[in-house]
Amino acid sequence: MITGWPCPTPSGASSEEYALAFDDNRPHRLLIVPALFDEANRLRRFTVETMRRLDGAGIDSILPDLPGTNESQAPLSAQSRATWRAAMAASTTHFRATHVLALRGGALVAPELPGWALAPVSGASVLRQMLRSRILTAREAGKDETSEALLATGRDHGLVLAGHDLGPAMIRELEAAEPAANLSPISQSELGGSALWLRAEPDEDPAQSAALAQVVAKALQS
Amino acid sequence: MITEIDSTLRQILADVLGLAPDRVAAFDGDTGLFGHLPELDSMSVAGLLTEMEDRLGFIIDDDEVDGELLETYGSLLAFATAKQAGA
Repeated sequence: MITGWPCPTPSGASSEEYALAFDDNRPHRLLIVPALFDEANRLRRFTVETMRRLDGAGIDSILPDLPGTNESQAPLSAQSRATWRAAMAASTTHFRATHVLALRGGALVAPELPGWALAPVSGASVLRQMLRSRILTAREAGKDETSEALLATGRDHGLVLAGHDLGPAMIRELEAAEPAANLSPISQSELGGSALWLRAEPDEDPAQSAALAQVVAKALQS
Repeated sequence: MITEIDSTLRQILADVLGLAPDRVAAFDGDTGLFGHLPELDSMSVAGLLTEMEDRLGFIIDDDEVDGELLETYGSLLAFATAKQAGA
């Protein structure tokens, strides 16, 4: 079910953002922080299938949009790691989440709750991959760009990477960002099968979603 | 004979491109990659290179990435083998 929640904006006001929720007012309420940028698209189906499995295991889960992504009306270029952290903290309060499951780069913006991180990555690594994609695209067009020069521009003026319009604050903050230390990492090998976030095209694997839901459900019961 | 680096590289290609293991196992030195496999665009090339770095233990500089590198499976394997020997 799609539901709204009040999200703080950089100007101090509040705007409505959406979340997908399997909410039955059960004791365990898991906030799911999506993967970032392209990986969010590639993992969307996997993420939602994991939520269905969690629902079946008696666990509520809520997947809020990061402002500037998915259904959000907010401009992505105005976002930063700080605005995303504030957004996830606000949705934690609104939905009374008890635990968090962050996927990949989602661990960089996760709220301070106990929980798990699937294959967490550093912000530098998230940026590196997108810089590389941009450099390769530019090279095909006969232009020579370098990571260093792009980052230097990005820190002051922002940068469009793989179609994502990132503001200067996002670039600077991601460069130094490390996954939240309060989360227990879950490795891809625990899910069986190859990583869906690597895939060139979005794909799904119900067995991997079931495995992830089971890791979380088991930990919640113990 | 299939070397360890060869099988790792095939596994990475299967993982990134979502190809069936038997299809990847059938790759030979002349199998075309970039421009031949529709799954392989600039975003997935970026992912492929990052995975190679993580699993094969070397760093690929931006200026080492050119059209020839990804022309065929043979050229990619030769690059990975040379990089690992120098790492």
